[in-house]
Amino acid sequence: MSGGSYYVPASSKWPILACLALGGMMLGTGMLLVYGASGMPIMMAGLVGVLLVMALWFRDVVLESRKGLYDEQMDRSFRWGMGWFIFSEVMFFAAFFGALFYIRIFALPWLDGEGAKGVAALLWPDFTASWPLLEPPGTDVQGPSSTLSPWHLPLVNTLILVGSSITLTVAHEGLKEGQRRVVKNWLGLTVLLGLCFIAIQGIEYREAYLHYGITLDAGIYGATFFLLTGFHGAHVIIGTLILAVMLVRVLRGHFAPDDQFGFEAAAWYWHFVDVVWIGLFLFVYVF
Amino acid sequence: MASHLPTGSSASQQQSGAAEMTSDTHHSGPTGLMRWLLTTNHKEIGTLYLLFSLAMFFIGGLFAMVVRAELFQPGLQLVQPEFFNQMTTMHGLIMVFGAVMPAFVGLANWMVPLQIGAPDMALPRLNNFSFWLLPVAFTMLLATLVMPGGAPNFGWTFYAPLSTTYAPPSTTFFIFSLHLAGISSILGAINIIATILNLRAPGMRMMDMPLFVWTWLITAFLLIAVMPVLAGVITMMLLDIHFGTSFFNAAGGGDPVLFQHLFWFFGHPEVYIMILPAFGIVSVIIPTFARKRLFGYASMVYATASIAILSFLVWAHHMFVVGLPLTAELFFMYSTMLISVPTGVKVFNWITTLFRGSLTFEPPMLFALAFVVLFTIGGFSGLMLAISPADFQYHDTYFVVAHFHYVLVPGAVFAIMAAVYYWLPKWTGHYPHLRLSQWHFWLSVVGVNLTFFPMHFAGLAGMPRRIPDYSLQFADFNMITSIGGFLFGLSQLLFVLVVVLCVRGGRKAPAQAWEGAEDLEWTVPSPAPLHTFETPPDFTPYRH
Repeated sequence: MSGGSYYVPASSKWPILACLALGGMMLGTGMLLVYGASGMPIMMAGLVGVLLVMALWFRDVVLESRKGLYDEQMDRSFRWGMGWFIFSEVMFFAAFFGALFYIRIFALPWLDGEGAKGVAALLWPDFTASWPLLEPPGTDVQGPSSTLSPWHLPLVNTLILVGSSITLTVAHEGLKEGQRRVVKNWLGLTVLLGLCFIAIQGIEYREAYLHYGITLDAGIYGATFFLLTGFHGAHVIIGTLILAVMLVRVLRGHFAPDDQFGFEAAAWYWHFVDVVWIGLFLFVYVF
Repeated sequence: MASHLPTGSSASQQQSGAAEMTSDTHHSGPTGLMRWLLTTNHKEIGTLYLLFSLAMFFIGGLFAMVVRAELFQPGLQLVQPEFFNQMTTMHGLIMVFGAVMPAFVGLANWMVPLQIGAPDMALPRLNNFSFWLLPVAFTMLLATLVMPGGAPNFGWTFYAPLSTTYAPPSTTFFIFSLHLAGISSILGAINIIATILNLRAPGMRMMDMPLFVWTWLITAFLLIAVMPVLAGVITMMLLDIHFGTSFFNAAGGGDPVLFQHLFWFFGHPEVYIMILPAFGIVSVIIPTFARKRLFGYASMVYATASIAILSFLVWAHHMFVVGLPLTAELFFMYSTMLISVPTGVKVFNWITTLFRGSLTFEPPMLFALAFVVLFTIGGFSGLMLAISPADFQYHDTYFVVAHFHYVLVPGAVFAIMAAVYYWLPKWTGHYPHLRLSQWHFWLSVVGVNLTFFPMHFAGLAGMPRRIPDYSLQFADFNMITSIGGFLFGLSQLLFVLVVVLCVRGGRKAPAQAWEGAEDLEWTVPSPAPLHTFETPPDFTPYRH
């Protein structure tokens, strides 16, 4: 695609199928939540459809990239696109962190009678604010029995995730220098660390539910805990999947030192997930 | 190229793709319905957005007609209060997310590539995806009307706990439809930013871009920043409804006011999302028909950026009566008033552009001028609402309804219509019928003011919004408002007629359809061929 003309991609059936699959998945989920099990097959069909379409759509993009259809300009469009997408993810988590801070700095002290709107204490005069909130104000809400120590599994997971960002950077540098063996080993290690993180998070969830009474309905502590760690965990799973795809592509001989934006975008995403975890570790677990 | 093709099912698709790339003007892709379902062409997708928006404008308008019919006289006339609540809610949701936002995205799709000399949007398949999410989302939203328990009935702001504890079962589907619409907006905005930053004609610097492009760049930034916050807050609603969390439930340690903070952190930038592209449109149209350069181009850009930044710092002015600390009342009052400075800069620049211009009053200019006058009325009532102590009187009255309808109807909607009249010659190759356009304009102006101006008085006298009945002393104002509403609603049928006639025929338009117009879109033929600027155009910047 030389000669100064632009590259305009061909039309594709994947976007419209993605819309239908995504719509079906959401409709099915809604039906499952509101009307019960009848929504399950629709949700699953939608989910399978979404995954399938994503795989096939990305496959087309990879094939076009392999054919050399994408010029530098297209590469820049992808870069802007991925960058702004990650910014939107940052804002998604910012909403949840904002909620956490609002609850801790304003809402709970007010319910305890402190601060500018301490009049809220009239609702539950016996309530005492604390964080983590073990005893929610309402008598019908059962709080957690105890809290998780940040210095056990969460610390291990912090080391794993920070470590994985380092191994990924080593792999990326290897790719830029054309040392494919370095890329394979260090990227493989990164994927492995991602899997470890997911497994440990699973173990922690199990403990939280079974032994600590930290559940979704255990008042605002359980709610914010699972909201923040849950969406982060979902992002780690997606990130690990993306890195696994990159590993497959590396093993198949894709990418070159000057043609590796797919890899780089995956790395950006992984570092973003890592940074979110640092925030989580500090404000959900430690402080 | 074909020799590198992989074997398997995608080979044929790849080949047709390669064929399309080399074709220049005629369309070699699928035809009929499939053409529209699969299209990656920015002009076709822009047309789809605009048609979708028009359909939603009439559906949302129909709901408004039900509201006005009920309020024609005091007492319960036509509908039950429960249904009335559904109508006000659905009217707001459809108009905001289904009519105004997609209309601006449609205009961006059509005109941003043409104004910056790009062949298409930066990510054309993503563009198709962004559009087709909308019909899926709004089919789901409209389907809530026939679900058990009825459609959402808690107002377009869906405050918890009305939208959680006391909500109808259909709320879950409302949440998912909003997720879909939000994904569409975010991806559309990413596409617009990538297009503007990456695909400008060689030589076109940022400060050479037409104002419509500039305002859309900033709008897209706002969309990417706040739509995820909306997604977050409706996700928390979903968890509260179905999974026992207590984000918005004080008994569990949460706070219903938290909902309002999160919602308006999205909601206030959202209202600028609906007006900044309108500023851009007016800033393009007024210079054309004043036959003068835009006065204060750079200050327009900086004013737009200032409004966007300030929009993140003013959200709690929607919540003055909810029980905020005094510090917050003061902070949000002053920060809100600050917005009138950049907005004032804009109005000043438009008027100064008109000063000693060679004015003519073609339909786009009529709508643009009405925009300047009537939007400013909405701006002034906004300044009144910004005064926190005064807002204790105005809050949740028809004064608020009057305010935001002045900025949204003769504001955003008039700007969209101005844009349609301005660019119809480029889209269809014909000028819109002059007489009918003028009738449409004058009936709309009269209708809009009859509808919304009396609301100021009813609101100041204490008539609450979102209630299907009212005290007798508000009867005259409401009857005038309803008559104005019906007039405005009916005159929009004229708009459809004008558009249909313009598509089918009419006076032929040259490439340069308006003599005073200067941007790149007027260098391509009218109607614009399917593919334009396949090689970058020559662009000679004007030193603003």
